[in-house]
Amino acid sequence: MTTDRIAVDIKVPNQTRYLCLIGHIGENIARTLRNFSGDREKLAYDLNLVLTEAMANAIEHASEGDTAKEVHIEISIIDQRLIIKVFDCGQGFDVKQYIEPSHPLDEHGRGVYLIHTIMDDISYQPTDNGHVLKLTKNL
Amino acid sequence: MNLQIDDKGAAVLLAVQEERLDAHNSGELKNQMLKLFEEGKNNLVVDLQAVRFVDSSGLGALVSGFKNASSRNGNLKLSGLQLQVKSMFELTRLHRVFEIYTDSGEALASFQQ
Repeated sequence: MTTDRIAVDIKVPNQTRYLCLIGHIGENIARTLRNFSGDREKLAYDLNLVLTEAMANAIEHASEGDTAKEVHIEISIIDQRLIIKVFDCGQGFDVKQYIEPSHPLDEHGRGVYLIHTIMDDISYQPTDNGHVLKLTKNL
Repeated sequence: MNLQIDDKGAAVLLAVQEERLDAHNSGELKNQMLKLFEEGKNNLVVDLQAVRFVDSSGLGALVSGFKNASSRNGNLKLSGLQLQVKSMFELTRLHRVFEIYTDSGEALASFQQ
């Protein structure tokens, strides 16, 4: 059996106009995988959503508009495990606070919850100059 | 954002002509709705037929519109949700908040009853 080994490394300015680009990369990865027996179109939407939410989150925590800053995203697939890492340069936030579903009438706070429903593991750790959100999904 | 706004009398129809409703363009939808509320137009139908992707920020903009309409004794109803967009509303339990119609004609008719 040929397994998928994919590594994608992306750096884009921390602006929301690039969300679409990043989301589409996720969709295309889902459609390209050799070994995936589940609902491919659902996986495509889910990866689009996870990448969009994670990047929007990084932008929010790294002050959008500062064009000197960029969002760095790594996507890798090894042994049927998908790992997404999103690096930000911000102060960080408490990821656990948002894992529960928000009240239906709240306007904010759904992003991390949505990521959590799709991915199998979620962690948020400090780095030398910010934080990294690491998301794992078993395919 | 490409947004088609049509005053249909009983309600204003906002047809989102974008493939994505996300953190990049949802602020514009929110502002357009606020403008309509300021003009006293408190009954809105947001048609999402062209939209195949919504993120949490897009959902947040619609919730904001719904709350503003409700507080002014109006309503914000949705129409034309694609299958995967509809799943987003179910996942976040927002399908219990919004009245959701198959197409904009049905949604507009519901304001005339």
